[in-house]
Amino acid sequence: MASPAHTLRQTAVAPAAPAWSAKTPQPTWLVALFDWKPFLVFVCLLPAVGLLLAFLAYPLGLGIWLAFTDTTVGRDGQFVGLDNFEYLFGDKLFWQAVFYSVFYTGVATVGKFGLGLYLALLLNNHLPFKSILRAVILLPWIVPTVLSAIAFWWIYDPQFSIISYVFVEVLGWRTTNIDFLGSAWPARWSLIAANIWRGIPFVAISLLAGLQTISASLYEAALIDGASGWQRFRYITFPLLLPILAIVMTFSIIFTFTDFQLVYAITRGGPVNSTHLLATLAFQRGIPGGMLGEGAAIAISMVPFLVFATLFSYFALARRKWQQGEAND
Amino acid sequence: MAFIITRRESLRLTAAGIAAAALPGSASAQVPRADVAAPNLPIEKGATLRILRPARFVEPDEVIFRANTAKFQQTTGVETRVDFVGWEDIRQQTAVASNTGSGPDVVIGWADDPHVYVDKVAELSDLAEYLGKRYGGWTFLGEKYGKRDKTNNWIGIPFGGTTGPIVYRKSAVKEAGFDKIPNEHPEFLKLCQALKKANKPPGFALGNAVGDGNGFAQWLIWSHGGALLDEAGKVAINSKETVAALTYLKDLYPTFISGTLSWGDPSNNRAYAAGDVWLTANGVSLYFALKNDPAQRAIAEDTDHQALPFGVASSAPQTATMLNAMLFKHSKFPNAAKSYIQFMMESEQYDPWLTGCLGYWSHTLRAYGKSAVWDSDPKLEVYRNGTDNKFWSGYKGPITQASQTVAAEYVLVQMCASVASGEATPQEAAREAERRSRRYFRG
Repeated sequence: MASPAHTLRQTAVAPAAPAWSAKTPQPTWLVALFDWKPFLVFVCLLPAVGLLLAFLAYPLGLGIWLAFTDTTVGRDGQFVGLDNFEYLFGDKLFWQAVFYSVFYTGVATVGKFGLGLYLALLLNNHLPFKSILRAVILLPWIVPTVLSAIAFWWIYDPQFSIISYVFVEVLGWRTTNIDFLGSAWPARWSLIAANIWRGIPFVAISLLAGLQTISASLYEAALIDGASGWQRFRYITFPLLLPILAIVMTFSIIFTFTDFQLVYAITRGGPVNSTHLLATLAFQRGIPGGMLGEGAAIAISMVPFLVFATLFSYFALARRKWQQGEAND
Repeated sequence: MAFIITRRESLRLTAAGIAAAALPGSASAQVPRADVAAPNLPIEKGATLRILRPARFVEPDEVIFRANTAKFQQTTGVETRVDFVGWEDIRQQTAVASNTGSGPDVVIGWADDPHVYVDKVAELSDLAEYLGKRYGGWTFLGEKYGKRDKTNNWIGIPFGGTTGPIVYRKSAVKEAGFDKIPNEHPEFLKLCQALKKANKPPGFALGNAVGDGNGFAQWLIWSHGGALLDEAGKVAINSKETVAALTYLKDLYPTFISGTLSWGDPSNNRAYAAGDVWLTANGVSLYFALKNDPAQRAIAEDTDHQALPFGVASSAPQTATMLNAMLFKHSKFPNAAKSYIQFMMESEQYDPWLTGCLGYWSHTLRAYGKSAVWDSDPKLEVYRNGTDNKFWSGYKGPITQASQTVAAEYVLVQMCASVASGEATPQEAAREAERRSRRYFRG
């Protein structure tokens, strides 16, 4: 409601000013501040940055700090410099875990990509019940890892294995049960098999998505040129699939290298530590063993491997030369 | 640290027994107790308590425990909340409570914990001495885990323990030509070889099984006179006794059913119940699982228990997994908390709980040896004195966090497993165990 004085002034001013000019309100300092773009950007980013700092940067930083202390569960530690790493450097078990982590990741990745690509190519054809088949393929990926790990634990059980049962009782090919997890190499291969089984769907479905983006006209052109099935795969499918292959492989390597649940649920790193991955060894030392500092040091030592694997698969596989031929820079 | 019952104590025990027997009808009628003045613990005004303990063994463990707590709340008006936590999580939660100085007032945690957090827990000597006098004294492990090392100061009130003696099929042992489990190593080996020959093999966990794996490895070493630590707490695992034990294992292991190198804690239970394994070591749980299953009745009838073979030790070379109650200094209501512990240990509450647990927990106060539960089934006899074993984790040294780490890291289990699998010679395995243990016992 306008005061009489205000109305008076308006009337007084009105003849000088052009009619209908809206009076721009004088912005307060707060409005001015929010109108200032850098500040607005900062404020809008704040929640996201806060979350990242609190839940990603802080734990990571704490983990790195712990790796340089002798903290145990229940006792604050002292800074000990590189002591944890020095001990690990001379620790046979640590190197065994490094070896198995690399081996596990390498073999399982090859297995997953070989079988996954094969499966993706099959599913890319026109098959009856295509949608249902694709859904079924995803099952191992959908089931929580711990559940499938427990299933594999039973499958590999020294006394109650279904595989042993079939070979001994049904087929009569063996007289004793198969000892899947009782010695180092069989246990290692058994875990890799379980990991491949679990990882195939992710690879297959991702690659299938990639396959479906490849234009059918390329294949038609190749057919007209008389290309064989292998040539079509080698010169069309594979190069066009490489970008997505690089991404999927990066993810897959990270997941496999940092795998924990399968190994922990099936063998707990046994027999005699032969199946410890760096992740399970870090947990075993850090939490049940109570040596938080040493566990953190093991976890931190995974970082260089992961960075290397990521850079390798990302840069090497995503290079244009690989995709489009040497001459096509 | 030997535990001696003086004659006077045993006299008092008998007198108390007569007095208690005169009480009509009460559930704890047969548990003798002496009339001792309880410590004066005026409960703080407006006190509330939070208690943390591990998840139940059997249903009554939790049901009766909760009922007893409710009774405490009714009589004293102290609001008391009990949280049951998974066995593998409680140690971490205890650590957090101790570090942050907040959370539960009382943690009924694992045996070593009060010793690990010795600066953070309150002294409970008045309570422990009262309970000891009233109930005929503490058992060996009760006292060992209750008192701070080399002192008479109590820092924990052990509630009970669970132990894993030999569980065997009577018919199989008889078939092998033995009446009972022999105490001498060569004879025990002969028994196992005969069992294997009869296709009724024994089996002990050599995989990463916290309870069963460590139980077997400790038996093997202790029964040969070896020990992880010497009395001063220095690592002494690399000894000729250990090498002898591991050499013995090289003969013993081939008699086991195949696959024990990957056995976890439940594996031997399953294999025994399936009739694949005829002799193993386990808590009473295995027997009850069989007894309560009509289909397994025959196996239960044929089952009996016996202490682990002594070997060169003078008593059964086994320990017990102990429940140990500790009161944190950060508790705002220490008297209420102490009253709670006292209340739970008194026979009106403790005996029904002990009985309800069917022998899963062995008592720590001697008078409860008279509890009806131990006479309910003659096969429970070996569990009656489960916490009177003369060995503890970290034997012969003090109880520390490091001895706990050695068990959690399976150092001794893996020492045995590497010899059994032929990966290492006994000498190499003992050296490796020494190297790993030293790391945990440094400074």
